[in-house]
Amino acid sequence: MNKINNIESLTETSYRIRMSVLKSLVKAGSGHLGGSLGLADIFTALYFNELNHKPEEPNWEERDRLILSIGHVAPVLYATLAHSGYFNIDELYTLRKLNSRLQGHPGRDKNLPGIETSSGSLGQGLSIAVGMAISAKLDRKAFRVFAILGDGELQEGQIWEAAMSAAHHQLNNLIAIVDRNGLQIDGKTSDVMEIEPLSKKWQAFGWTALECNGHNFTEILNAFETAKSSTDRPVVMIAHTVMGKGIFSIENNHLWHGRVPTINEIADFQCQLDETLKIEIMKHHN
Amino acid sequence: MDEIIRDLIPTKTGFSEGVLIAGAQNDSVVVLGSDITTSVGLNLFANKYPEKFISLGIAEQNAVGIAAGLALTGKIPVFATYAVFSALRTTDQIRISVCYNNLHVIIGGAHAGISVGPDGATHQALEDIAVMRSLPNMTVLSPCDATQARILTIKAIMECRGPVYIRFGREAVPDFTDENLKNSIGKAQVLQDGRQASIIATGHMVWMALKAARILKLEGIDVRVINMHTIKPIDIECIVSAARETGYLLSVEEHQIYGGLGSAIAEVVVKHYPVPMDMIGMNDCFGESGKPEELLEKYGLTANAIVTRLKNLIHSFPR
Repeated sequence: MNKINNIESLTETSYRIRMSVLKSLVKAGSGHLGGSLGLADIFTALYFNELNHKPEEPNWEERDRLILSIGHVAPVLYATLAHSGYFNIDELYTLRKLNSRLQGHPGRDKNLPGIETSSGSLGQGLSIAVGMAISAKLDRKAFRVFAILGDGELQEGQIWEAAMSAAHHQLNNLIAIVDRNGLQIDGKTSDVMEIEPLSKKWQAFGWTALECNGHNFTEILNAFETAKSSTDRPVVMIAHTVMGKGIFSIENNHLWHGRVPTINEIADFQCQLDETLKIEIMKHHN
Repeated sequence: MDEIIRDLIPTKTGFSEGVLIAGAQNDSVVVLGSDITTSVGLNLFANKYPEKFISLGIAEQNAVGIAAGLALTGKIPVFATYAVFSALRTTDQIRISVCYNNLHVIIGGAHAGISVGPDGATHQALEDIAVMRSLPNMTVLSPCDATQARILTIKAIMECRGPVYIRFGREAVPDFTDENLKNSIGKAQVLQDGRQASIIATGHMVWMALKAARILKLEGIDVRVINMHTIKPIDIECIVSAARETGYLLSVEEHQIYGGLGSAIAEVVVKHYPVPMDMIGMNDCFGESGKPEELLEKYGLTANAIVTRLKNLIHSFPR
């Protein structure tokens, strides 16, 4: 996979992915738009820069593994995989349809290239990632394991069992990324069940904690670079994101956790995405 | 069956030997520890292959996820703890991380059944078969003695491709099966032939069934005894033959009557060859503290109880 290092190209790629997320969800008629848009920059940074992977050889043994623990944001994973070349972009429009390889939440049994595991029951992905990282250590392999977690998901006890075990086994080949958008279905994470102080929690569990703006490619890539220098600790990147990022009329609105736009909203949303992209590119030039 | 005094060995010993033997044959075998490593017999493996023993503490849900991650990267993980934890506390993790991914993970359920004894209801797994057999892709094994536990454990590790749940008990029980007896996953064993009724048992209850058959024989009732060591996939052919050739079926298990072996047999019988049937097991209730033999007596899981229930079954439905 050729890496994209240019921030402007990464930004453009992330908005192409956002557009595909929007279109695939509209076509599906249900699904999770807000979180999927919020993670588009992180996914772009991973698949187009950070991960060591070969889309034309999805089962390459030395590949870095990405475990999507929050299975409900599958649309952003699917769109990123398609834009990376794992499968045809047209297949995105089968999302959530009968007989599709693009299940509402990822299903490994459907053999979609690039899907490492089934997921969707919150709290389980970090444990799977820990197992893979232990396996790499046992076999003295160099691949790394990335786990994408939601902030609300950190309310699940299993996450902290997994966190404890990763530190105990000194898994410096494991990077957890927390999608810190501050929202969950019932409302603000701080109202539903407070998870702060977050960095301190991870540090207390024996992890190196980094924070970054999840929509700033320079910060994201710097954090990945810092993560590489960890010698005996797993690393968590708390990525501050905005749910619905790119469509400003729905940003930071928890009601868009599990909603899709109506036919009447689509054109407006597409315009907003185009406009936000222009603003982001301009910001970069200034 | 004869008068030879059998060695008394817990089925977990067979499991632990099986893991050790398979580990020597296949370098991919790794064992996960959930604190009670010695209690479930996995200390044998941990001592011999410390680098392939992964200690995870008292965190079973995490252990199941880690097993899935290991299996996704080419390992054959063996995870065992008390069945109340390995099968029941972790059901969602087994369902999604292991079964939905269809991964070759071996899950051992120790201390199953009421014969766990004095620890009481919290530690007596009586619902594990029902839950495990309802999960797609899962194979469910319930060996009757240590020899069979060893053989089936090796087969589960070396021959199966998907998830396997193996159930075993705490108490030392007669080690009576001949290791040359054919053991195939999914094929029940007819330990004694008979024509007037069939007793289909699993786990520790197989020995009780053989004892019951001996008493019945003295009373002139000739029964077939079947060891259903694989609960899933269930041996349909063996059950249908027993129904057709003997006319009455009695299931016996150290498990709730809802959802366990009896239910699995009934599902086959009603569809293929309905005959009168009764089920011996826990009657929708929790266990309690007591000596194993006292509990088996109180809850009707003895050879004498089997004899009575079988005679009642035959009398209730005269031919």
